[in-house]
Amino acid sequence: MPPAGAMPTGEPPLPVGEDVEAIQGRSPWYLAYLRLRRNKVAIGFGVLFIVIVIFCLAAPLWSHLVAKTGPNDNHLTDQITIGGEKTFVVAPNGIPLGPGLHAKFLLGADDNGRDVMVRLMYGGRTSIYIGVMAAFITTFLAVALGLLAGYYRGWPDSVISRVLDLIWAFPVLLLGIALGTALAVGGLKIGPLEIPPDSLWIPIGIIGFVYVPYMARPIRGEVLALREKEFVEAAVAQGKGPIRIMFTELLPNLVSTIIVFFTLNIANNMLLEAALSFLGAGVKPPNASWGTMIADGEDRLITAPHLTIVPGLMIVLTVLALNVFGDGLRDALNPKAKLRMDQ
Amino acid sequence: MSPTTAGGPQPLLSVDDLHVRFATEDGVVRAVDGVSFDLRPGEILGLVGESGCGKSVTAQTMMGLTRATNSTISGSVRFGGNDLVTASDEQLQTIRGREVSMVFQDPMTSLNPVYRVGDQIIEQIQAHKGVDDDEAKERARELLASVGIPNAAERVDDYPYEFSGGMRQRAMIAMALALEPRILIADEPTTALDVTIQAQILALIQRLNQERGLAVILITHDLGVIAEVADRVLVMYAGQIVEEGTLDEIFYDPQHPYTWGLMGSLTRLDQPPPDRLPQIGGAPPSLLAPPTGCRFRPRCPHAFEKCGELPDLEVRLSNAAGHADRCWLDPADKKRLREVEGRIGLEVPA
Amino acid sequence: MEGMGRFIVRRLIGMIAVLFAISVMVFLIFNVIPNSDPAQRIGGKNADQELIDRINEDWGFNDPLPQQYVTTMKKVFTGDLVSYQNSRDVDDEILKGIPVTFSLCIGAAIIWMLLAVVFGYLSAVRAGQATDRALTIVALIGISLPVFWLGEMLLYYVANKLGLFPVGDYVELTQDPLQWANHLILPWLTLAVLFIGFYSRVLRSNMLDVMEEDYVRTARAKGLPERQVMLKHVLRNSLIPIITLFGLDFGAVIGGGAILTETVYNLPGVGLYAGESVASLDLPPLIAITMFGAFFIVFFNTVVDVVYAYLDPRIRLGTQAA
Repeated sequence: MPPAGAMPTGEPPLPVGEDVEAIQGRSPWYLAYLRLRRNKVAIGFGVLFIVIVIFCLAAPLWSHLVAKTGPNDNHLTDQITIGGEKTFVVAPNGIPLGPGLHAKFLLGADDNGRDVMVRLMYGGRTSIYIGVMAAFITTFLAVALGLLAGYYRGWPDSVISRVLDLIWAFPVLLLGIALGTALAVGGLKIGPLEIPPDSLWIPIGIIGFVYVPYMARPIRGEVLALREKEFVEAAVAQGKGPIRIMFTELLPNLVSTIIVFFTLNIANNMLLEAALSFLGAGVKPPNASWGTMIADGEDRLITAPHLTIVPGLMIVLTVLALNVFGDGLRDALNPKAKLRMDQ
Repeated sequence: MSPTTAGGPQPLLSVDDLHVRFATEDGVVRAVDGVSFDLRPGEILGLVGESGCGKSVTAQTMMGLTRATNSTISGSVRFGGNDLVTASDEQLQTIRGREVSMVFQDPMTSLNPVYRVGDQIIEQIQAHKGVDDDEAKERARELLASVGIPNAAERVDDYPYEFSGGMRQRAMIAMALALEPRILIADEPTTALDVTIQAQILALIQRLNQERGLAVILITHDLGVIAEVADRVLVMYAGQIVEEGTLDEIFYDPQHPYTWGLMGSLTRLDQPPPDRLPQIGGAPPSLLAPPTGCRFRPRCPHAFEKCGELPDLEVRLSNAAGHADRCWLDPADKKRLREVEGRIGLEVPA
Repeated sequence: MEGMGRFIVRRLIGMIAVLFAISVMVFLIFNVIPNSDPAQRIGGKNADQELIDRINEDWGFNDPLPQQYVTTMKKVFTGDLVSYQNSRDVDDEILKGIPVTFSLCIGAAIIWMLLAVVFGYLSAVRAGQATDRALTIVALIGISLPVFWLGEMLLYYVANKLGLFPVGDYVELTQDPLQWANHLILPWLTLAVLFIGFYSRVLRSNMLDVMEEDYVRTARAKGLPERQVMLKHVLRNSLIPIITLFGLDFGAVIGGGAILTETVYNLPGVGLYAGESVASLDLPPLIAITMFGAFFIVFFNTVVDVVYAYLDPRIRLGTQAA
């Protein structure tokens, strides 16, 4: 609704009444920010994610100062003092120590006598790092392909769409393990690009790759729609070249979609990494992630469930935080504002 | 009770001090802010105003279609011994489609695309009457034929996308009349259609009004449509009625500056073309915080001190008992001020 | 039924082209882009030089790439594919696993569709209220759970501690239907949870959009009872995109999601076979499973498209409906 008091033709005949406020123009970003701020739940979960990241980044602190052990240090035959009594880190029958209020092995030990809390924090760094880096790869490729396909249409669109459909024809996990196992022995070599098999960039690349169609197709769709709008026509009439148009006209309008997808993509990536690592096609030793920890704990599910519960809970919390926050972002950035229900 | 019908025939439907407010994240929108009028039996009542003035909300509220968790409705809509504002959902369901029917603006989207047209008519019939499928289908065929759809017997099995825009609107009207309601509310029935189809739809509405005594509330922003078929006219602005009268009274003796502006903005074939297209300066007020006093004041070139006080909708002429308006100006002044360049219009500020 | 025959032929030709492209992609993944000796990769961890040489001969890894492609495809499609780690015939193993995988996936699919529709419908009808908020939380948690972890948690708490269900393993349907179901209930739920969460929210979102549509307003104006408006007009139209999604996802579940569930619950299906092959880096089975997995999805989607066209004449005639 146009603001009251805005007179397009000449001077107002009478002074405008004091009760009519001048309405300031506010950018859609500011409005979105306000909407997001009102969503306490989403903000809360966003903060939770930050807290988890900080927690994982603090791994070296905990490792040096509290637990006094590294993530890969075995303590198979060691004993620690709990409540005055000496207890085996790994009991003679093979069952490792469970969680408890002791500085060392706060969350217990695993089969090899390693400190679960320390591994959790270091593993978290790996999992989150992979999730975020893969999201960058996916986003970059998806935006580039979506822009090219949507803007040029014609045969570039045909080719790109066919390729995207082809990738998407594979179930994500299946494609992931296919790539993961094929590249397990010698790593990757395509032309000048060479990545060794134990590098984290193998799972990062795989996860980044498999989700490209998931993001690229909606972006392509939006570009196709945006392309028909008058401001693009105007830019073409002004003589702007295609690359400039993509950067200055199309991309700014895609930013809200990209932000939301990026956030939710990190969540998907972390779940996929966990699944791949669990099966053995993801992160490989000596690296550890939450997924490999669950894999390690599988045999001891009945006797030492904490090995499975703890890393799993961390994944759930992190992914949930991202999902709730991403949802809140989507609602805030969506111009179809929901009507408030409180009245 | 409207100020203009006291002492006349018993109105068919009576709206009294209707207020409709919506809670949005920007604040409370006062979409309808004190509307009262009567609908007489067998009349075509035109409800005219620009987009956002509250005419559609008024109409939908009469059918209870604006009930939501974020809407607050007060006042009354009296029909057949019931108050539709406070009536229960079950009561409303018996009235909708049977006693009071509504057709909407966009026939393209007003029919469900996955069901056949005939089935949608049958659905309405069977919701109110225990009639078997064959009989209902036969009735659907008759209805489609009665609104002028060629080949109705086969068309009844078509999907909406197989109908043209004009035919779809006819089908909507047919469906609305399936159970012979007493009132038809038509919300911008011709706005989405081209002019030739528009004429056909209006002729249809007029015929139904004359043949069956169907009372019609016709909502539009197009004065040409009003001029074709309306008996009486309500002019709405910023959620309120600003003028009410017969068709002749409104067109030939308008009493409110907004109405003058509307009249003035009509281009007429019997006059020389103006140099500039006449318009009403300014923009409609925000319904979040409407101006105090007369709502048209910010845009009215004739405003004076008294306009800080909201005028009531009253009959101010001595010889026209049914003609009411919300303007403090003296009737003699009104006659003078509304003459702009030889015709009725609103003076544009210099 | 006009145009139906031509439509099917067009789709089939398209499908074959895609299948060909898939086979090329699988070939590239397993035989071209990895940076290690192909024969060694195929032979596995315990391959000795003799085996490697034999594989080189058999698979033609010294031939030009197109020739290699043909040889590989011949092996896959003529059942000539063998795992060099356990000497089992790959295609046989896959065939043995199919009934198990289908038992798991079809059961899970039925559960998830039913519950997703119920939860999504309730959420939409009571949008903004407590029910909706609670269901949204449940759905969000559902899509945040790693499938295999959920499976292990259910195994530990429900099967092991509470003893309500057996701890994994599989019983043939033909052998003992009751036990077949008993052993599958936890796996079904595990696989369904993720999809219930996702689909209920998609349905909720669709329904909220459809509720704003003009034809829903018309339905109310006709005086239809609210329940009828919701079911016949809102739900019906909201389910249409869900059906398409389901078509895509069911194939994906069969092809991939089942892997994790079968591994955790020790169900001898194709998924478990894939999981075991990953663990031992046994490539021949994975080549076949990847290819057939993708094939199944493409085929299944083509069938869904054809059925869709049969149901909706607008699609096969190519008319743009309003």
